[in-house]
Amino acid sequence: MRSQAVDHIALLPLYVAAGTAVLALLADLFTGKRPAIIGTTVVGAIVTAACALAVGPWDPTFCATGGCSWVPTWPAAVTAALFGALTAAVLAFSVPALRIGAAPAGEYCFLLACSMTGGVTVAYAGDLLTLIVGLETLTLPLYVLVGLRRYAPIERPSTRPAEASVMFFLISVISTAIALLGIALNYAATGTVHLALLGPATTPFAALAGVGAALLVIGLAFKVAAVPLHAWAPGTYDGAPIPVAAYLSTASKLGGVLALAAVVAHLDTGAVMSALAVLTMTVGNLVALRQTRMVRLLAWSSVAQAGYILAALAMGAPGVPAALAYAVFFVVLESIAFGVVVALRPPVTLIPTAEQAEADGGTLADFRGAARRHPWLGAVFVLAMAGLAGLPPGLAGLFAKVSVVESLVAEGWIWLAAVVVVNAVIALAYYVRVSALLYTVPEHPGIHVADPGLIYDATHPRHRVATPVAAALTVATVTAVVLGFAPQLLLNALT
Amino acid sequence: MYRDYVEPAWSAPQLLLIALLLVPALGAIVVALAPAARSRLVAGAFATVTFVLSVLPILMRPNDFGWFAYGPADRPPLVPWIDLDLPWVPALGLEFHLGVDGVSYPLIVLTGLLTALCCAYTKKKGLAALLLVLEVGVLGTFLALDLILFFLFFEVVLLPMYAVIAGWGGPNRRAAARKFVLYTLAGSVLLLLGVLLVVTKAGTGDLILLTGSPHLDRTTQYAAFALLAVAFAVKAPLWPLHTWLPDAHTEAPTVGSVILAGVLLKMGTYGLIRVGLGVAPDGAAWASPVLGILAVIAIIVGALICLRQTELKRLIAYSSVGHMGFVLLGIATLSVAGIQAALLGNIAHGLITGLLFFLAGTIKDRAGTGSLNQLSGLRETAPRLAALLGFAAIASLGLPGLAGFWGEAFAVIAAVDRGGPFWLTLAAVAAIGGALTAAYFLRLLRRVTHGPATPEVRSLSPAITGTEWLAWSPLILLTLAIGVAPALVLSDTAQPLTTLLGIRP
Repeated sequence: MRSQAVDHIALLPLYVAAGTAVLALLADLFTGKRPAIIGTTVVGAIVTAACALAVGPWDPTFCATGGCSWVPTWPAAVTAALFGALTAAVLAFSVPALRIGAAPAGEYCFLLACSMTGGVTVAYAGDLLTLIVGLETLTLPLYVLVGLRRYAPIERPSTRPAEASVMFFLISVISTAIALLGIALNYAATGTVHLALLGPATTPFAALAGVGAALLVIGLAFKVAAVPLHAWAPGTYDGAPIPVAAYLSTASKLGGVLALAAVVAHLDTGAVMSALAVLTMTVGNLVALRQTRMVRLLAWSSVAQAGYILAALAMGAPGVPAALAYAVFFVVLESIAFGVVVALRPPVTLIPTAEQAEADGGTLADFRGAARRHPWLGAVFVLAMAGLAGLPPGLAGLFAKVSVVESLVAEGWIWLAAVVVVNAVIALAYYVRVSALLYTVPEHPGIHVADPGLIYDATHPRHRVATPVAAALTVATVTAVVLGFAPQLLLNALT
Repeated sequence: MYRDYVEPAWSAPQLLLIALLLVPALGAIVVALAPAARSRLVAGAFATVTFVLSVLPILMRPNDFGWFAYGPADRPPLVPWIDLDLPWVPALGLEFHLGVDGVSYPLIVLTGLLTALCCAYTKKKGLAALLLVLEVGVLGTFLALDLILFFLFFEVVLLPMYAVIAGWGGPNRRAAARKFVLYTLAGSVLLLLGVLLVVTKAGTGDLILLTGSPHLDRTTQYAAFALLAVAFAVKAPLWPLHTWLPDAHTEAPTVGSVILAGVLLKMGTYGLIRVGLGVAPDGAAWASPVLGILAVIAIIVGALICLRQTELKRLIAYSSVGHMGFVLLGIATLSVAGIQAALLGNIAHGLITGLLFFLAGTIKDRAGTGSLNQLSGLRETAPRLAALLGFAAIASLGLPGLAGFWGEAFAVIAAVDRGGPFWLTLAAVAAIGGALTAAYFLRLLRRVTHGPATPEVRSLSPAITGTEWLAWSPLILLTLAIGVAPALVLSDTAQPLTTLLGIRP
């Protein structure tokens, strides 16, 4: 076997991403200053995104006969850039928590940058093993990040982050094992791991290959929290710090979607995928209806959103562009929603009661009337919720839904399209409930005043939103609005 | 084909169409950012400019449009007065294609008028901003000549209307608003399925191309029309899909009710004519008996419920169900006369019910109750208000010479013209429904204006303010004008309707 030629320009985004992780560690070692560490990592993440877009489609590298392991295409470049952008946004959202020392900045930034490196790998992966390695690199740092929480001396330590972390770890390990078994069976049947060469097996091995494909899809479905493989998601999201939950429901989910898209484009898994899709969106939406905690509601809604993506993926290769488009629109909107939650729930340094220390994302009631204090945050949140519901003014979400439903109808999957749109109606019920809550002023029983809003304003002073959070939210919102008016930019890049 | 006649560069009429959407959108932003004290002035100014713009397309009407540009189509093509076609999202087959013709023009003017009146009427800043957003959605729906664009604008109104009801409504506003938004979204997702079915099967979403020549096989047309008809029936609303309407109207603030009844319901009936009939004529022919039966049931049920209604706004809301029944009966006949009746009925209902909701809202606000049991003797304490209510009620019951008459009378006549025992029966039942309409409006007048004055009525202030006159008088004048000269609405509808129905000239 001859040695492979390596095209280093194609690998540039990966180098930058990995370099960012190393730099974060070095910055911690040599300066130990929080702003320097965070600044280095944010810049690294942004440069990663810029490199991915600058390199764009390039010659594939690490090639063996018939297939390559590193395939820079436009969809890969766009999603790799998205991983960089999401990492930068999540870091910005984490700044208030890191400022009060809720987590060690050096480790936090290093782990997040490692995870980003995994994401970039997933985006460019051209064979199943690179895909799994990338996916594991994406997930592994998250086990720690979910549980990474320091407590102030007066604070009562909670075991919830640790519980969340362990549950996430165990389930992820099992799912990876299942996916690897699927890859192995598929390799036994077809003798290939390159995505380009994947395809139906010859007659005696067809059953084996079919089982392999199903196991692979099921293993990967854990990562996107598809029902019935979703049990870890709500607890993990709610136990994790909000920025990490944001990362889990955007970047981590995007990784899972990319992996699934790579597989279903070549293997016939329509039956498994459509069953998962129907269950995921329906159960996700119905359970979300009953949630009373904000992060849990967002977690369940993101489970349901994954269902729409799975519906597009059920069609196989024709559905991949629509699924990717939906995934991109979704992560942008979802990160806005999480950003608003971060902005409205700043970490408290002096904690009067144990309940408040635990109220990380808070209950829905905690968000009552928040738009009175922060009209801009309220408007941005409404934009995100409308987008997730697929309605104007969230045009990005509307186009996401239209592209999925259109490809379903065009491919003749009208029944699945019908399930998707019925679910969109169910989902609207909780999206409007949360959005309206931000504009509702609670009435105090027993006190009658002309304007209950005045009492509310007096008892709920507005606080300053940290600059990095505001900046990240602004960028995300502008992105959502631009994509809403010019979705063609994204749709062109993904096909 | 028609495209050869469109100048490639931007012409003034095309800019007008853009301005029709941009001005209210910009207005909404400016009003939201303006200080509360100025908001009414600003909102009124933007809405008035939009109204003026909405009237202008009549000047761009081609003087002699005839049967040019035949081409291979077996129907004469739809020739809009103004046509603007820009690519937007080619990947989804979405074009920013706007146009005005005789069918949409009256509705566009009605939208401009009612929004301007409501913006002048309301003092609340947020409400005025939302009204302008609603106007963008409604105008866009009436202007759209691309199916996906039509769907997009159809969706624009959902959340603002939810916010109008939930933010400024009556005591049960949350439940009513939620019911409204979920019900109507359920309708519009069916619209999405129908629209995408048509677009993927026909390979184009261009309403002019789709209307001009048949692209769809019979089975697709049946499926598409079924989806579209249910979608529009929710919005219109057609019995038995009307149950969101009374709650929404009862709880909505006055201007919300006016816009909801005056223009939002028209999106349903307009959609049925423009999209339903235009895209799936065979499907329409197949479904027309069912539509006819449902329309007549709506007329009778609406009237019977109104006879038992004891809440003022709820009564007017249910009367809308009956009026929309007449409109849908006109559409169901699939004849030019019937659809002209429907268009006329749309406009008349928008004017008259808009006026009725203005009056009912004023009475309810001033008396503190909308219950017919607690309202009587209005004639004694507020004779002008009582007289206006009498005028609006009589116009609504279809007195000849006022706007309400033509739509209902011609719908019945069109049904008779269809001939055969089935349509004759429908016509007869609809006529009985018309008589019942008179009965419940007269009952309303007897209860509210006559009789001894109740304490609530005694305490209300009788004066009609300048703002109120400003908001109401255009509606009164137009009700009279259209009653005398229905051609104001119908002058340019025959040719596009012939095309829609696929009748060879």
